Amino acid sequence: MLNIASAVLKRLAFSVVLIVMVIVLNFLLIHLAPGDPVDILAAEMGGATPELQARLRELYGLDLPVHEQLLRYIVRVLHGDLGVSFFNNAPVTELILRHLWPTMLLVLTALFFSSVTGTLLGVFASVSPRGIGSAIITVLSLVGYAAPVFWTGIMMIILFAWLIPVFPAQGMMTFGLDGGLMVQSLDIAHHLVLPAFTLSTIYIAQYSRISRASMLEVLGSDYIRTARAKGMPKQTVIFKHALRNAILPVITLAGMQFGNLISGAVLVETVFSWPGLGTLAYDSILARDYPTVLGLLLISSIVVITANFLTDLCYRLADPRIKKSQG
Amino acid sequence: MTRNENHSVTAAEQPFLEGWRVFRQNKAALSGLIILGFILLITAVGPSLYGVDPYSMIASPLIPPLTNPNLPLGTDFLGRDVVAGLINGGRVTILIGCCAAGITVIIGLLVGAFAGFYGKTVDDVLMRVTEFFQVLPALLFAMALVTLFSPSVYTIIVAIGLVVWPQTARLARAEFMQLRNLEYVASAKVIGSSNTRIIWRVILPNAMPPLIVSATLAIGVSILFESGLSFLGLGDANVMSWGLMIGQNRPYLLDGWWTVTFPGFAIFLTVLSVSLIGDGLNDALNPKLRER
Repeated sequence: MLNIASAVLKRLAFSVVLIVMVIVLNFLLIHLAPGDPVDILAAEMGGATPELQARLRELYGLDLPVHEQLLRYIVRVLHGDLGVSFFNNAPVTELILRHLWPTMLLVLTALFFSSVTGTLLGVFASVSPRGIGSAIITVLSLVGYAAPVFWTGIMMIILFAWLIPVFPAQGMMTFGLDGGLMVQSLDIAHHLVLPAFTLSTIYIAQYSRISRASMLEVLGSDYIRTARAKGMPKQTVIFKHALRNAILPVITLAGMQFGNLISGAVLVETVFSWPGLGTLAYDSILARDYPTVLGLLLISSIVVITANFLTDLCYRLADPRIKKSQG
Repeated sequence: MTRNENHSVTAAEQPFLEGWRVFRQNKAALSGLIILGFILLITAVGPSLYGVDPYSMIASPLIPPLTNPNLPLGTDFLGRDVVAGLINGGRVTILIGCCAAGITVIIGLLVGAFAGFYGKTVDDVLMRVTEFFQVLPALLFAMALVTLFSPSVYTIIVAIGLVVWPQTARLARAEFMQLRNLEYVASAKVIGSSNTRIIWRVILPNAMPPLIVSATLAIGVSILFESGLSFLGLGDANVMSWGLMIGQNRPYLLDGWWTVTFPGFAIFLTVLSVSLIGDGLNDALNPKLRER
């Protein structure tokens, strides 16, 4: 137990270091980009008066030595101040919080759907390793890997919003719909189907592959043979005994994919005009709204770091065999 | 394609000869090789044979495919020939894919080799740096880099290379860690070979097979990144690309499904063939893993 605690603390400390490193990277990016930061900022605001430029200089402390600027920047960001978006004329922190929940809804739905579908597919395939299930998984993983996700999304729109119009193609809710909480939730769920499915397509194959491999390993072990010899029903052996032990790699994958899903959500959200962080990132990039872009970069990194940390923790708690050395 | 056997085969060459024999028997990998060869041929000589400028508006917009014999795949929303776009669009995508994969392999190999060979503090520091790059949200970071330093073929290559390399580094590290303890490395040390020589001349040739597979995968990933970036309008605006075609035609997709379907399919086919080849190479060069 003490081992776990010290490993967790070490991990936590490193997570904080990583976050500070991302902040430093943001600072460097803005300073390394060609041109004086204030010129860039002013130009992207659509021109600025000398007074405003002076204010910006003061705001960013650009008259100070670089190391002091960096220090101020770190302190500012650690206080949750990510600057002001020129494009939306609002604090970046506020903008990000506003767009956070649609992305969370989309990403978590996709994560849930792809991990459950993928794992079941993998279990199904592991029962007959050379059967049709395994063949399906091979094809799925080739297609899932090679099809660009934005193209999959567009194909979904053509198929299920145009040829067979069963799902809405754009947005998160019907504009002006008013019918109480129930109706609105159903409306959002209806809008969620295509983007969540599109985002899932990349990952279903990965989950099925990894769960198939780890199930095959577990199914070959002694205790499963014992359970079978005792005459236990097949379903009980597979789902109660084997799956419980084969699920760890799936948890790791889910944790690791979480951060990637946010980055991947940029493309899916753009295709479906889903009003989340991805759309915010796309609009901010096109508008050259650097404070927002860098803020998003930081937030996404923090999400990845947190997800990694939690996965690591889950893993350690779930499987005491993992020693400090492996972390 | 039979190989001339009258020269002596060195030890390092042996697994590759053996590998080609295995690879040849893998139908999926072989079809990947044929598809990729076909795509490369079209993008290499196509533009000079099919002399239509992908940018020129030569007919009325959104002509459906198979309706006009001169425009087999129709026109896009500006009346540009879709076939010309497809033939020209692959060039920059594949070029960027290969160059970015090259950067990936160079950085990944340097970091992985030193971390794996020296271990201890060197390994610790290099792996923490690798983790840092893994924590950055790949697409978002590439987007930020490309916009801040303005989109061009070069910034895109660097941006993609910077986000893809950690995978290769981890693999190279694992290989070097395993190989550095082998006997022939110890004997190279005994005869006084320098570390540099051991890393590049003794260990590297033996670590090549998995690294080649990793490079193939990196090409596929880089192609997907490039198409994603140009789809978002962050590609090099001066060159036609498949992602750009999809991005530009997206607002008109219900009136012209073919303008987005075909370029997307071209990307899909390219990445698919690369990954089929990668899988085949993996089976052929890593006999240990063949059972999986």
